[in-house]
Amino acid sequence: MSEATSRLAHHFNDLKQQKEATTLGMWAFLVTEILFFGGLFAGYAEYRSRFPEAFAAGSHHLDIVLGTINTAVLIGSSLTMAMGVHAAQLGKRKKIAVFLLLTIVLGLVFLGIKAVEYTHKYHEGLIPGAGFGLQGADRQQMLFFAFYFLMTGMHALHMVIGVGIVSLIAFFAWRGRYSPEYYGPVEVTGLYWHFVDIVWIFLFPLLYLIGRH
Amino acid sequence: MSAHVVPTPGETVVARPTPNYLTNGYGLKSWLFTIDHKRIAILYLISITTMFFLGGFFALLIRLELLTPPGDLMEAEMYNRMFTMHGIIMIFFFLIPSIPAVLGNFLVPMMIGARDLAFPRINLLSWYVYVVGGIFTLTAVIFGGVDTGWTFYTPFSTTYSNSNVALTAVGVFITGFSSILTGLNFIVTIHKMRAPGMTWFRLPLFIWAHYATSLIMVLGTPVLAISIVLVAADRLFQIGVFNPAMGGDPLLFQHLFWFYSHPAVYIMILPAMGVMSELVTCFSRKRIFGYTFVAFSSLAIAVYGFLVWGHHMFTSGQSIYAGLLFSVLSFLVAIPSAIKVFNWSATMYKGSISYDTPMLYAFGFIGLFTIGGLTGLFLAATSVDVHVHDTYFVVAHFHYIMVGGAIMGYLGGLHYWWPKMMGRLYPEAWGRFAMLLIFAGFNLTFFPQFVLGYLGMPRRYHAYPDEFQVLNVMSTAGASILGVGYLIPMIYFVWSLRQGEVSGPNPWGATGLEWTTPSPPPTENFDVTPVVTEEAYSYSKEEPEIVGGDKSTRASFQ
Amino acid sequence: MFDNFPLFPPEASTLAGEVDLLFFFLIAVSMFFIVLIFLMVAVFAIRYRRRSSDEIPTPNLGSLRLELVWTVVPLLIAMVIFGWSANLYFKMARVPDNAMDIYVVGKQWMWKFQHPEGNREINELHVPTGRPIRLTMTSEDTIHSMYVPAFRMKQDVLPGRYTTTWFQATKPGTYHLFCAEYCGTQHSGMVGSVVVMEPREYEAWLAGDTSGGSMASGGEKLFNQLGCVTCHLPDGSGRCPTLVGVFGKPVQLITGEQVVADEAYIRESILRPNAKLVSAYQPIMPTYQGQVSEEGILQLIAYVKSLAPAAETGQTQGTTPGGAAAPGNTGTAPGTTRALPSNRSNQ
Repeated sequence: MSEATSRLAHHFNDLKQQKEATTLGMWAFLVTEILFFGGLFAGYAEYRSRFPEAFAAGSHHLDIVLGTINTAVLIGSSLTMAMGVHAAQLGKRKKIAVFLLLTIVLGLVFLGIKAVEYTHKYHEGLIPGAGFGLQGADRQQMLFFAFYFLMTGMHALHMVIGVGIVSLIAFFAWRGRYSPEYYGPVEVTGLYWHFVDIVWIFLFPLLYLIGRH
Repeated sequence: MSAHVVPTPGETVVARPTPNYLTNGYGLKSWLFTIDHKRIAILYLISITTMFFLGGFFALLIRLELLTPPGDLMEAEMYNRMFTMHGIIMIFFFLIPSIPAVLGNFLVPMMIGARDLAFPRINLLSWYVYVVGGIFTLTAVIFGGVDTGWTFYTPFSTTYSNSNVALTAVGVFITGFSSILTGLNFIVTIHKMRAPGMTWFRLPLFIWAHYATSLIMVLGTPVLAISIVLVAADRLFQIGVFNPAMGGDPLLFQHLFWFYSHPAVYIMILPAMGVMSELVTCFSRKRIFGYTFVAFSSLAIAVYGFLVWGHHMFTSGQSIYAGLLFSVLSFLVAIPSAIKVFNWSATMYKGSISYDTPMLYAFGFIGLFTIGGLTGLFLAATSVDVHVHDTYFVVAHFHYIMVGGAIMGYLGGLHYWWPKMMGRLYPEAWGRFAMLLIFAGFNLTFFPQFVLGYLGMPRRYHAYPDEFQVLNVMSTAGASILGVGYLIPMIYFVWSLRQGEVSGPNPWGATGLEWTTPSPPPTENFDVTPVVTEEAYSYSKEEPEIVGGDKSTRASFQ
Repeated sequence: MFDNFPLFPPEASTLAGEVDLLFFFLIAVSMFFIVLIFLMVAVFAIRYRRRSSDEIPTPNLGSLRLELVWTVVPLLIAMVIFGWSANLYFKMARVPDNAMDIYVVGKQWMWKFQHPEGNREINELHVPTGRPIRLTMTSEDTIHSMYVPAFRMKQDVLPGRYTTTWFQATKPGTYHLFCAEYCGTQHSGMVGSVVVMEPREYEAWLAGDTSGGSMASGGEKLFNQLGCVTCHLPDGSGRCPTLVGVFGKPVQLITGEQVVADEAYIRESILRPNAKLVSAYQPIMPTYQGQVSEEGILQLIAYVKSLAPAAETGQTQGTTPGGAAAPGNTGTAPGTTRALPSNRSNQ
């Protein structure tokens, strides 16, 4: 009990206020992230409506198998994350750490697969810029790939940060920092992780599934 | 002259009651690692003041060049960097942080009866982020600056500019996060940390204004961030997002950029409006007229502000129907601002008005903001805007609001809360003199620019036709006076830190929780969490009278 | 006004006076509110100044009636201004039917003008009074903006697409032309003048320029040089659609969509041929990106515009030798009334 109260910051009146503030803070932050990615989605929407064939052709260059595996991996990681939060609510110290560790592993698998995909694209000459290999009418696909790399790259950056945060929380959980009275950090980390997952759920069909039946 | 204590009758004032937040720890580390919102506010004060004078220096060079029609003071390319750096520094590094980061950081917790903001370490982080962003941008300045205009329009910024676009873009990108973190902190603090009895409708209007501002910071800044990422990516890797030769659309940048940058101007003015509500009530010694209307108009401005960005693009090639839609919405956004001006004026009716420096700034704000806001109607009218877009008319319009409005609000607030923050009074006579100088200099600088704009002088012009010279000379003369006017408070504020008269807890006799603490306040703000039982600005114990209404409306204003 | 200290720009177009009228109305409204607020604040500040240090005035919380008044009245005034402005804006946006075309290419840091008759100008634009003039404009590099204060006219000029605006000049004289969208180092040097002349003087000026044929004839030359003629045969027997009479008409695309073959469509088809492929044709046209300048494209467009089908006008197709397109009856497809000055002798 005193362990939890020692987590009470000096400017809050009680743990309840602290948790509410932390949770509201994370939700507000996630709203900013929606707006941030929103700018990219807006650009994507404009160019896809202008160049539908180029976008469809570009999409066909993406590896749908790897993309689908990644989607499953990420959804799975959200499951393990949620279970970690649940364990925190119940005060199961070891379980929190185990589930968060699983989440990290799945996150790293996701990033690894993305690295593989990026490497493939590099060898196929599909990185936008000076080295873009397609010529002629196909060159129009460069815009698709610009958005592919920007959107998935920005997402991957958020994943890396997420893995870092989850690692920290897992470490703290292992050290017994959390309890049913104080598990706010685990919960808001879960919120962040789920958000990053949801962004991918939008990215996947928009990038990988154009024109596929 | 040494500090002396002047006790008011019946009250003993202790000189610099210790410990207070200023004396609670000395040395650089205690400041650089502080999590006290009041110290962070002072850190911001020092940083933004430095940036203000840097941006002002560029303005001085601009006005010197414009004394004569040919571009003879500096090369065209240098001039282009001058106005760009002036804009970037003034907007991102001075105006946007100014009131929220200095006065907001200091006062938001105090006004609601809290010991600190919700996330003190994130508050400190926001200052460091600001500093890092500033360092990137200043590095870009040292390496020759950037010449795209603060608006970074593509494809000039992505393909044709020969300046440090990417470096500056990184600096602005980073600094944007400072804004986002501040906004997040304010929102959570205002929602979750109000003292018992401090209901939403008992909050000082300064808080409502900062709440609305924070909504904009949090929703708008990320879009600027992504626009800058796109510009940097297009510039560094030529990915073609804004390059027509590769199918890109330069107008996409304008839409994304202005989606943030229009709400940004409301980030810059709403806090000043919050200050106004505090000043007008204190120096009329009356409750605000129409509290609910003023509070909701802040929210209305925040919401509407997101709907009008296309009024920066009437001649851009966007469809005329889009233009008309943005036009009508831009007229609507003026209404809540008008409501506020009327409510402040009505507050003064049958008040008890004193002419202290903060109130003089309030008068100045009301006048100049009214002029600036009305000229916004000219710009909202598409058919007039076609003629004056990208001319000095626009420059005059936004300087009336940003300088005549926002900066006057900032200075008024700084004078008002200076005794609370520093425990010292500034010299009142010098305060009034500086305000009058600023007011005169400002009008001489910017009113001729309305005429220049309608005459057709485009903005960002380094050389201009001869017949525009007289008006330009007037403007530069005004700018010199304005510059001197700004230097004076700088000097006497610093002077007052050691030599100014010591201040008691409430030199103005104002209501508000911040005035119940010692000046300067202790680190934890309140020894005991206050319990609020009164409405805001309850100067009088009398039964309020209703003018122009009937008894049944009383309930809606309680 | 004063010669070297003007306070107001000249009114030299049909719409300038209307813009100024709205402007003066806005000034009147502004003056009203400025005086009202200034007086209110000044009167209250003096009349209710603090007379003793302990006076506390009676609070007045508000008045719903007043709030409604000062919300609704400004709102109504704002809507009046909006309505007036929108009406005027429609006039600015709708190009009159009998407009004469002039083509504009902006680039860092100059303005290039092409008259259909072939006259080319740099930084100086001669126009006649009394006729609406449509400017079709594009940029070779950054965004510029064509601004003539005396006409109260401004339109951004974009790379990669055409923007149009129009004016009708009323007063002969020479007026400032500015670039109004920041475009780099010599942005403030990208200036010039519009020289407005009486129609007769304008004709004389047009005739005085013997630098070459009309835009359409220049376009015809390019059409042959670049090899377009080998596929786009006039009778439609080639591998590509005929261009005779195509301008301004709807075109069926391979996607099922229908688009109008306007200037933008022709430009896109030259630079990105497969973007809007005509149905029933193969995507075999190569791109001409990099091989033809913006001015060249405008000349090609002028040429295509001049290809009127024989059946409708009774004239021979194409251009007569020497360059000028067939004068007189140009009433072809609706929306393509591009009247060229009549009574103009060839060369």
